[in-house]
Formats: sequence, structure tokens, C-alpha cells
Amino acid sequence: MIYFDNSATTKPDLSVVDTYSKVSKNIWGNPSSLHQFGEQSFNLLEQSRQQIAKILNVFPDEIFFTGGGTEGDNWAIKGTAMAKRKYGNHIITSSVEHPAVINSMKQLEKLGFEVTYLPVDQNGKVSVEDVKASIKHSTILISIMAVNNEVGSIQPIEQIGELLTKYPTIQYHIDAVQGIGKGLHDIIFNDRADLITFSGHKFHAPRGVGFMYKRRGKKVEPLLAGGGQEKNLRSSTENLPAIVAMARALRLLTDNEKEKVAKQAEIKNFIFNYISKFDNVITFSKDNAEFAPHILCFAIKGVRGETIVHAFESYGIFISTTSACSSKKHLTSSTLTAMKIPEEDATSAVRISLDENNTMDEAKKFIQIFDILYEKFKKINA
Amino acid sequence: MQYTEIMVRYGELSTKGKNRKDFIKQLGKNVKRVLHNFDHLKINARRDRLHVTLNGENSDKVIDRLKDVFGIETFSPAMKVEKDIDAVKKVALEMVKDQYKPGMTFKIDTRRQDKNFPLDTHEINEALGSAIVDNIDGIKAKMNKPDITIRAEFRMNGVFLSSLTILGSGGLPVGTGGRATMMLSGGIDSPVASYLGMKRGVKLDMVHFYSPPYTSEQALAKAKQLTEKLTRFGGNIQFLQVPFTEIQEEIKEKVPEGYLMTVQRRMMLRLTAALTISRHCKGIFTGESLGQVASQTLESMMAINDVTNMPVLRPLTSLDKTEIIRIAENIDTYELSIMPFEDCCTVFTPPAPRTKPNLYRTRECENMIDVKGLMERALDNVKIVDIKPGEEFLNANEDVFSELL
Repeated sequence: MIYFDNSATTKPDLSVVDTYSKVSKNIWGNPSSLHQFGEQSFNLLEQSRQQIAKILNVFPDEIFFTGGGTEGDNWAIKGTAMAKRKYGNHIITSSVEHPAVINSMKQLEKLGFEVTYLPVDQNGKVSVEDVKASIKHSTILISIMAVNNEVGSIQPIEQIGELLTKYPTIQYHIDAVQGIGKGLHDIIFNDRADLITFSGHKFHAPRGVGFMYKRRGKKVEPLLAGGGQEKNLRSSTENLPAIVAMARALRLLTDNEKEKVAKQAEIKNFIFNYISKFDNVITFSKDNAEFAPHILCFAIKGVRGETIVHAFESYGIFISTTSACSSKKHLTSSTLTAMKIPEEDATSAVRISLDENNTMDEAKKFIQIFDILYEKFKKINA
Repeated sequence: MQYTEIMVRYGELSTKGKNRKDFIKQLGKNVKRVLHNFDHLKINARRDRLHVTLNGENSDKVIDRLKDVFGIETFSPAMKVEKDIDAVKKVALEMVKDQYKPGMTFKIDTRRQDKNFPLDTHEINEALGSAIVDNIDGIKAKMNKPDITIRAEFRMNGVFLSSLTILGSGGLPVGTGGRATMMLSGGIDSPVASYLGMKRGVKLDMVHFYSPPYTSEQALAKAKQLTEKLTRFGGNIQFLQVPFTEIQEEIKEKVPEGYLMTVQRRMMLRLTAALTISRHCKGIFTGESLGQVASQTLESMMAINDVTNMPVLRPLTSLDKTEIIRIAENIDTYELSIMPFEDCCTVFTPPAPRTKPNLYRTRECENMIDVKGLMERALDNVKIVDIKPGEEFLNANEDVFSELL
């Protein structure tokens, strides 16, 4: 089996699952309990937090554990809206965000917030000038993703951060779910980033756990009110096994990150260079520095994305139509629509997404199968 | 960037005339202790500068530690490069790239002590400058207030390239200002007061009152961990654990409620004064801030201070709570301090302690307990541990944990 759908989810690392199971079995005390058993859990929780903070070069009290990327996005956006409502009601985001962001915005619009959805260029990127032009006196939040999950374009989050140094009251949220472990640390943790969302299962940790970076001193209201965990900003008994497993997964991910990223870029570029020679292939991702090293989105003209996915699957190769969230709803990719790709091409789009365990051999196998399928599809096309 | 050496410039001590030697020696010792778990470092405290040779140790980590050591004015990480102009060019370029953001300007500042080097100062400047201009789009040279300065020192034993000047903590090396005891509870204030005392070069011995079972093992571990946090300013700290259960129980039993706290504080100060004398310390530091709680009014201080004529130093006297918290956050003790364990000060707090205790009444109340016997038994059972930078107390399970993480 060749798994090329790592942007949907990644295979849990075995040693990470092992950690999960050991903590579940042995360290199951509630970190809030006063007795030694709770104390032990508390220590492990804090050590996990410290490890994550150290890897990311931030303060431990800037890391808040969540239930994943969707929760993080919801929290950052709604929590900021609640905390900063009295200062304004205008929010800026892009038209290619993950549904967790877009649909949170839609909910806020119903409550009277005004949302600007920035357009993107042919590469799926927003422009800093557009951001600048959209800022108003009432702007309280800007939410932009680091890496687009469908085509892999890297947004100018660092430059937006630079722009925002002139607007210190605007909260800046970055959805970095697809950006972690891809050599983008410095642009994601730019000097102006206030809130950053991460999800564990995108880097070989279990589902249902993630974390949020919140810069010291930045205000955000909790989404989950309750017993006061996570400094009263995210109540709910801590999911300790998953948190510890995630801390481990992050360490494994970031060991030799540079080499791992180079390897993924090499594989992606190899496939890119091969398939882009074919007449009926349109590539939406590029092989340059404006795109993440692990995502390649392309279409074979005239063949539905779903058909391409199943055709590859019959050879044991797993890819996806653009994003996993929309693939079962038969929706055309919202990113491609925003990039003004004609609908007939957008419906043919599929996505390859890599992780550090994919190999060049797998890529070579992929292009062999690609040749076979391309010939087959030619017949349909004719 | 991974550097090969760090040049440390001395702070205030440059002004201290004939004591200079002692100061440098002490700082060298402190730096060695603070960096004790980097095995390959070579530390050389010279008359003009302190020189750290990294021998492959992670420079970022060493830099982080040096930032905290009192007595350091500034320091510069440097790269030792062989005396070959191409090698120097390469490293200089890397250094600029490391800091460069669009629009920045730079300057090369060359010192050529090795008069046998084939290029003269001017030629070196030109060679390095053009290597940078040719390889970084849009960068400009600027002689007056450039954004990036590359300092190239051509010495007999190699070429040293440096660029960053990192601000140290200033202050005086811990130990040059004598030795005192510090009453460390585990709250927010006492670590901040310790920090301020150490900043003026005082070496502190921590005195912590321990009352099991009213206070937990964790509260003790927390106080030790706070002490560990403070070791990064000047190296190892002695931690004196003073048993206080019996004293607290007897006071609770015999002393009227309004004077519980005052008498308890007097006993703490008395014990600390005794330890101060026996350990040849010259004063007592506390984290008291005027008017913050019942025991910290002027009247209370007078009634408590009555037990000793030792100097009692209170660096926080005039600071607001918010100012104290800000310092605690900066020195990274705040998060630890607010961990919710009962400490010796809170367990027996009466609902309404006297804020203006009467000195004579206080003395009378104290006569109700056996001061001498209680003191003797407590002092006989003091436990002393030497706490080093990097030691872990709160995470006793660290080995189990590190396997999981």
C-alpha cells in the first residue's frame, strides 16, 4: 500500500500509540486531583507542555491543549470575537480557509460581525496589499492559514505579520494545521502571530488532541467553560494519554526536520515534473518555494476526481480529491473555485499529500501506475 | 547559527579597582557552575574578558544561560575561522544572512592584529563587503549606524567573526556582596526578593519552613524547584529545610488567635537569625512588601523584628504586587509560585489576624510557649541540600516520563 493522503490524516506512529496506551494504563489520575496520583498526572501534563514549548521555542504558558484543529480554529475565532467585541466587529480572513474557519465566520456573521473574505491569486495566495486595504478601524481579528490544505500554497503570513506590527490591537490567528513539521517554523511563529492552531493527528499523534499557541498577554475568551483547566481557558479533564502521545509525536516529527522536508520536496517535485509533461494534466500546485513541500494538487482533464482516486486505489495507492472534508459531499474544491479554476477542471482535481515516511520508490511506483491510468483515461476522453 | 566561542564583557565590576581580581574570579566560578552540565565547554576568565570555548556544545543553549548570570554586561557569540579569506567570506555571509531582513544595511569592522596576513585591513573590508553585496539582493553598506555589523578580528591564532551583542543581566557576580540567608516560602514574592538580593552580588542560603503533614511534599519540592530556578543567576544555592510542625502546633494550642501569626513569624525570624549566625552569614533577606498582608504592616514588622538585631533586608518594601508579578514572570518563577500547594504561611492563618499587634502584648503571648526548647529541637533537625542548576524536584518521575515523551 502506498499512502499519499497525509493531509487528511497520518498513520499514528507505533511508539506514539505505545505511549498512549502506557499512559492510559498507568497514569490515569486526574491532573487536578490533590493526591499523589493526580500529582503524577499533573507533572506529566506539564512536562508534555514544556517539551512542546521547547521544540517550538516558545514559553510553556503559551501552549494550551485542545481537542484538535477544528476546536482550535473555532476557539481562536469565536474566543477573540467574544473578547474583543467592544472594540469592533470586523474580521478579515481568506476565501480559501478550512471549513472550521469559514463556518465559524459564518456563525459570527449571523451574530452581527462583519467578515471580509479576501480573494486569492492563481496560486491560491492572498495578497498583503488586499489585507492592508481591508483593515478598518473596527477590525479585531485576522485569521489566515499557513498552508492551504487543498493545493499547498504557503500564505504570506510572515509579511502579514510585518504589516500588523503597525496595528497592534488586531489579533492575528494562524491556522497552521498543515504547516507543522514542514520547515516553516520561523514564518509561522513570526513576531506578530498571536494565536496559532495545531492538530495532533496531522503529525502521527492520535485523533482528538491538538494545541493552540497563545502569545502571552493576548486575550481570548474560552469556548469551553467549566472546571477551569488550562488556566480557565479550556475546561475539560485533560486528555492526558493523547497529550503525552502528541508531545512525543512532535518531537519525532521535528527531529531532523530539514532532511525530512527536503525528502518530501524531492518526491513531490519528481512527481510534479513527471506528470506536468502530459497534455491532459493541469497542476494547481507548483514546485517552487511558494508551495509547501508535501502537497501536490493536479487534475486529469475530463476525468472526475473521484474516478481518479478509485482508479489509483485499485492499485493500492491512496490519494484524495482535494480535501477530505469535502470529498464525500461531492463539492468542488472551494480553494480551486476561489483560484478561479473553471468548474470542469476543478471537479477533476485530486491531491497527493506526503509525509516523512514516503519514499522515492513509492513515487516511482506512482508514476508507473499513472502511465497506465493515463492511457486508460484517454479512451474515456476520446 | 552554531557558534564556536562566546566573548563575555564584564559589567559594573570594571569600576571596582583592586577588588577586580576577586570579582573576575567569582564570575568565572559562577559561570562554570551555571554551565556545569555542558561537558565540553572551556571557560577562561581573563583580566579584560571572559572567554567561553564551546567545543561543539549548542551555542543557543549556552547563550540562554549566560543571559541570566549576574555580573555580565554584554556578550558576543563568535565564530573562529581559519586564516583563509574565502573561509572568512563564507562565514561572514552566513552571519549576515542569519539576521538580514529586506531593507537592512551592514558594515564590516575589521581588526587586523596579525600583521602577516596577506590582505590589509582595507582589502579585507572590501573582500568581505563585496562577498555580501554580491550574494544578498538589495543589501547596502552603511558606515554610520548600520543594522548589521560584522566584526572581524584577525588574530595570531585565527580569525574571529562576531556580529551580535547580547545584553547580559548586569548586576554584580553573586558572592562578591557577601552571604546572607533568605526566607523562602514558595510564594510569588520571596523568589523575586532573592533575585534582587543576588543582583547586588549577595550569595543567599535559602531557609524554608516545612510543616508536614500540614504542608505537602509537593510544597517542599516546589520551594526547592524555585531555588533551582534562582541558581541560574549565580550558581549553586544551599537549601535549609527547617522543621516547623511542632512550633506551629504549640503556638496554635497556646497563643490567642489574634497573635498566632505574629508569634509564628517571630519564631521563623528567630530561627533564621540563629542559622544566619551559625553559618557566618551577615544578614537576612525577606520577600516582605509593605502593607501587602497583615504581617507586613509597619506595626507587625516592628513586633516581629523585635527578636533580632540582624539586618533584615526587604528588597520588595515599596513594590506594588503588579510590579512584583512582572519581575516574577520575567525571571520565570511566577508559574511555579502560583502552583496551588499550601505553604507554612497559609495553613494556620487565623480568620482575622491583628494588623497592628502591640509589641508588649506580643512578648507576653510568646511567653506562653517554650521558645528555647522549640528552637533547639528545630535547629537540631535542619536538613541542608546543595541545589545545582538543572536539578528537577517536582518531576520525581522524570525517568519514567522521558521514556514516554
